[in-house]
Amino acid sequence: MLEASTIVASMRANGLSKQFGGLRAVADVSLDVHQDEIHAVIGPNGAGKSTLINLLSGDMNVTAGSIVLDDRDVTRFGAERRARCGIGRSYQKTTIFQQSTVYENARLAAQAHSKAPLKIFGDVVSDTNVNAATHDALERTGLTSRADTLANQLSHGEQRQLEIAMVLATGPRIILLDEPLAGMGTQEARKIVELIASLRKGHAVLLVEHDMDAVFELADRLTVMQDGKVIATGLPQQVRTDPAVRAAYLGTHDGAPGDAA
Amino acid sequence: MTNISIRIWLVPLALLAIAIALPFVVPKYYVQFASKALLLGMLAMALNLVVGYGGLVSLCHGAFFGIGGYALAMVTPKYDPVSLWWSFPFAVALAGFAALIIGALALRTRGVYFIMVTLAFGEMLFFLFHDNQFAGGSDGAYINNKPEIAIAGRVLLDLDKPLAFYFVVLACLVATIALLTMLVRSPFGHALAAARDNERRARSLGFPIFRLRLIAFVISGAIAGVAGYFSAAQFGFIAPQTLGWHVSATVLVMVLIGGLRSVVGPLVGALVLLGLEEVLKASTEYWKLAEGLIVIAIVLFLPNGVRHLLTAALGERKDESPQDVKAVAKVEHA
Repeated sequence: MLEASTIVASMRANGLSKQFGGLRAVADVSLDVHQDEIHAVIGPNGAGKSTLINLLSGDMNVTAGSIVLDDRDVTRFGAERRARCGIGRSYQKTTIFQQSTVYENARLAAQAHSKAPLKIFGDVVSDTNVNAATHDALERTGLTSRADTLANQLSHGEQRQLEIAMVLATGPRIILLDEPLAGMGTQEARKIVELIASLRKGHAVLLVEHDMDAVFELADRLTVMQDGKVIATGLPQQVRTDPAVRAAYLGTHDGAPGDAA
Repeated sequence: MTNISIRIWLVPLALLAIAIALPFVVPKYYVQFASKALLLGMLAMALNLVVGYGGLVSLCHGAFFGIGGYALAMVTPKYDPVSLWWSFPFAVALAGFAALIIGALALRTRGVYFIMVTLAFGEMLFFLFHDNQFAGGSDGAYINNKPEIAIAGRVLLDLDKPLAFYFVVLACLVATIALLTMLVRSPFGHALAAARDNERRARSLGFPIFRLRLIAFVISGAIAGVAGYFSAAQFGFIAPQTLGWHVSATVLVMVLIGGLRSVVGPLVGALVLLGLEEVLKASTEYWKLAEGLIVIAIVLFLPNGVRHLLTAALGERKDESPQDVKAVAKVEHA
């Protein structure tokens, strides 16, 4: 399920805006992400990063702008249809099936992308493709030993791992990660950073993250947002020295994201 | 493994044996009472597919039940019985079609709005049949001859006989339990429960939530139509009140008494509620008051429904292999 598809995946946002009443949470944002790269989006709290992910995944409708997946305009597609097109996302606030086992959580994700996701006949345990994708996703996120545990019994870090396992189990081409490391311990975070690095090959990864060490380790390209707008974009080294970015992060003082670490 | 599967089948088979033996040992009145109770149990199980497994509280299932009955009333000629072969599928299809239309509109809303929209549709159908003369208006419609199965003039199945009627109802009930159990355990059922537990995540995983719920709603409405068809056949009469919110709410109470997270729980709930009514009616003038208090007590002290009393009493979960515990857990949350 996780093998690279032969088609090179790409996603592009053109002039994306989202208006909440009087607040312009995302203002005229254009960015793209391609297969075999990790594109990180950083910015202070309230910069519009999560809203951007919600627009790309279809959880929210855009106010203006368009979203193109490969060569297809998906702006008007709902979240479920975009997911079926190969966009997988994780949530900043853990969004899992709390009353179900870890295995069932990942299995549901795999089922959603199987040939007959709403099959009425037959038991859920009998689909070998779904089972294989489930095992694979749990293996990669290190949750195999926790398969039979109820999701609400997991530690916070493990729930974050499960959040990613569910994305993997859908076999996505485009992966949108909304602060995957939020609230994780150092050890757990290390594993997830390695996992995200391994996703680069065969996937297009858009990563929103506050952990600057992780961002600079992982990102092939970096976009910085502030007040809903893109203030800088490019290679991490260029962005790091950008004056606007320094100002956004540290006022007028010296230093830039990543320096503190 | 065989040992365990025998154990799993033991209780249902014993209950089925009792149900089969029942009409031979109790008076005719109770056979008719049992038929009525099983039909309402079937309606409650149908409702629970959307309420318990889908997380959608519908207040218009009385309408699907009533449509099944009215369909029979309207196709039955005045002096002859109608053939079950075509009138039954017709009634079920009509109830399912009503569920399709109502579901397609109501499922665009969520939570308390869904409840209000279904309530409104149920009342609309009530007034449609109440205020128009095409099906007897407020007086209701009579079914003078029960449907029959006949080949070349020979009657093979005569529903006028309480015993035959009871066994037909029992067969439908077993089929309903089998169908719902299969549904709940299937990928479809798991997706339905996933949409209930976390709609946002289910959507972003790629499940078509609207279609998923609409299918469940239509299946549920169609089964309600089956129960309504036979209920009308049993009494030979259908009144517009059957479509109204009072029936819908009563069935919802049955579901709550029986427990939301099992297929047969609502059937138990229906039997408990109707049995309770029967006993209380005979013993006190204020039976509705007593019934209300007992229902409140059941909901307060057995939030998971009376079915869990049985589970606890029979010790169903004890000394099972881990795999079976897992299977039970899966079905429980499904």
